[in-house]
Amino acid sequence: MRKCIVSVLMLLMPFVVSASGGAGNLDKVYIDVSDQPSLQRGARTFVNYCLSCHNASFMRYERMATDLGISEALLREEMMFASDKPGDLMVTAMPAAGAKAWFGVVPPDLSLTARSRGADWIYTYLRSFYTDESTTTGWNNALFSNVAMPHVLYQWQGARSATFEGGGVADVSSVRYQSVVPGTMTGREYDAAIRDLTNFMVYLAEPAKLVRYEIGFWVMLFMGVFIFLAYLLKKEYWRDVH
Amino acid sequence: MSKFMTWVDERFPATKVWEEHVSKYYAPKNLNFWYFFGSLAMVVMVLQILTGIFLTMHYKPDSSLAFASVEYIMRDVPGGWFIRYLHSVGASMLFIVVYLHMFRGLLYGSHRSPRELIWLLGMLLYVTLMAEAFFGYLLPWGNMSYWGAQVIISLFGAVPGIGPGLSEWIRGDFVVSDATLNRFFAFHVILVPLLLSLLVYLHIVALHKVGGNNPDGIDIKKDKDASGKPLDGIAFHPYYTVKDNLGVAVMMTALLAVVFFVPELGGWFLEKDNFAPADILQTPPDIVPLWYLTPYYSILRAVTFEWLPGGAKLWGVLAMGAAIVVLFFLPWLDRSPVRSIRYRGWMYKTALTLFVITFVMLGYLGTRNPSHVDLGLLKNVTWSQIGLVVYFAFFLLMPIYTRMDRTKPEPDRVTGQ
Repeated sequence: MRKCIVSVLMLLMPFVVSASGGAGNLDKVYIDVSDQPSLQRGARTFVNYCLSCHNASFMRYERMATDLGISEALLREEMMFASDKPGDLMVTAMPAAGAKAWFGVVPPDLSLTARSRGADWIYTYLRSFYTDESTTTGWNNALFSNVAMPHVLYQWQGARSATFEGGGVADVSSVRYQSVVPGTMTGREYDAAIRDLTNFMVYLAEPAKLVRYEIGFWVMLFMGVFIFLAYLLKKEYWRDVH
Repeated sequence: MSKFMTWVDERFPATKVWEEHVSKYYAPKNLNFWYFFGSLAMVVMVLQILTGIFLTMHYKPDSSLAFASVEYIMRDVPGGWFIRYLHSVGASMLFIVVYLHMFRGLLYGSHRSPRELIWLLGMLLYVTLMAEAFFGYLLPWGNMSYWGAQVIISLFGAVPGIGPGLSEWIRGDFVVSDATLNRFFAFHVILVPLLLSLLVYLHIVALHKVGGNNPDGIDIKKDKDASGKPLDGIAFHPYYTVKDNLGVAVMMTALLAVVFFVPELGGWFLEKDNFAPADILQTPPDIVPLWYLTPYYSILRAVTFEWLPGGAKLWGVLAMGAAIVVLFFLPWLDRSPVRSIRYRGWMYKTALTLFVITFVMLGYLGTRNPSHVDLGLLKNVTWSQIGLVVYFAFFLLMPIYTRMDRTKPEPDRVTGQ
């Protein structure tokens, strides 16, 4: 029952009109932070790939492990590459100065990307890489033109070339991809992996999301009772006014 | 107990004040839905102060630490996210409640004689509240905080002669920086809250001196019983305390629903761009203030006529200032023989409807790119210009249409709700 009401409320969320409008050409991703296995898979991808260069400097390993049901042994063994203290912030081992020299830009902190860019943006971005001889990394992105980041997950997705309809500017809405080198994953598997990663990044941007819907449900229940009693009290006192 | 109270009353007028302002303060018995918002504003203000105290315990007013300290509150402080959301949603809620409270005044003529001072003090509260919100908005040190402050402070640069020096003096630097953040923190947590508390006190003292208006806009003090109690009045306590209690319950439910289920409210209460730290090299594509300031921002941007002497920016700033200042004159612009909209004619009703539509439209346009077309037919900036004309016409033509309007006779005693 509780889950049912919570999910109804979550379904209603997209109907709250967005103030910022946002790009209409992004692929939609289904986010469900209560799907713990998905968050765990996403976390694994995140610490293995993203965290090599990016920070998640507002997040602590321990918090992630606790929230996602990851044991400390597993955390230490397979998820902590840049630190040995679970209470540490998730900071990359790559020095910022080196990053600037290698990529021309310090890779942005990813703690809040799901809130500043949105989940759909991350999901679309990570699925929009293509090979491009004209860039220094050999990679380009249809959503984020000439981005400094190479296609880190290319072994999974494989290499793709892109043509843009009408020969126009690079744009996700007009792109057509052709596989050049096949990856270790099928297109569907890759999409699922990116969905897990995006799901994790939504959690990462707001860990409170795991608890606030459920607490909110009980608070609403309490407020419902409070309103009812407040109404009865008002009615009782006002009987002699009317 | 009574012995104790006698002891206190001989030294401090506790019982006298309680009776004068609560238990024997007689409010009209016909106050309707629109009369909830005054007490609600006070409740939300207390909520803001309480949550603000807890935020201050963890927040760091330092440009290199501020953004991270907010995230620290959101993640590492137990219950910190709840306190922070209460504060950020509470800010918007306070403006919602205040706007409805002000609209109530327009509906029932609460600003009319003898309540001009209540209106003026209320307007001062409103302007002070805008300052409070503006100072507070810089504190998370997000990119929109930063650029929003940059844009608003640079408006002072339009003042002829001293402009550039003035904005530098406000910032304490050539750009918005650590110095700006520190002083805004001081303003936000102590200076402006003190002013607000003082003004709320004065607002209520003035209200209790003349007594509240009511939806019929008639004076309840002219019909009193033998003991001097107005026939149409009921004691504030317990009648309105239990009624306002119900209002608080409903409002808090709405506020908490936003806090728990949609704290960003699709970008209206917490903007996307503010989840990226302040970056002097990265201007957000559209710099917009939060929704409660956007009607005035629209008016500012509506003035695009470069041929005006002194340039469009100066006149935009003047228009924006005038849009707020003109509100202060409302009690004297309104010349209708009746107070309440119930007994006014079609002219005021039409004017007020147009004004509300315009105000909401200007608010919406303030969040949009001026050169886009979001409302059909015309560019956003053109709609803003139309809005500007309607906005000022509502006030400046008020002495004429309120006098011409054919009003209905007011009743002698209050009618039902």
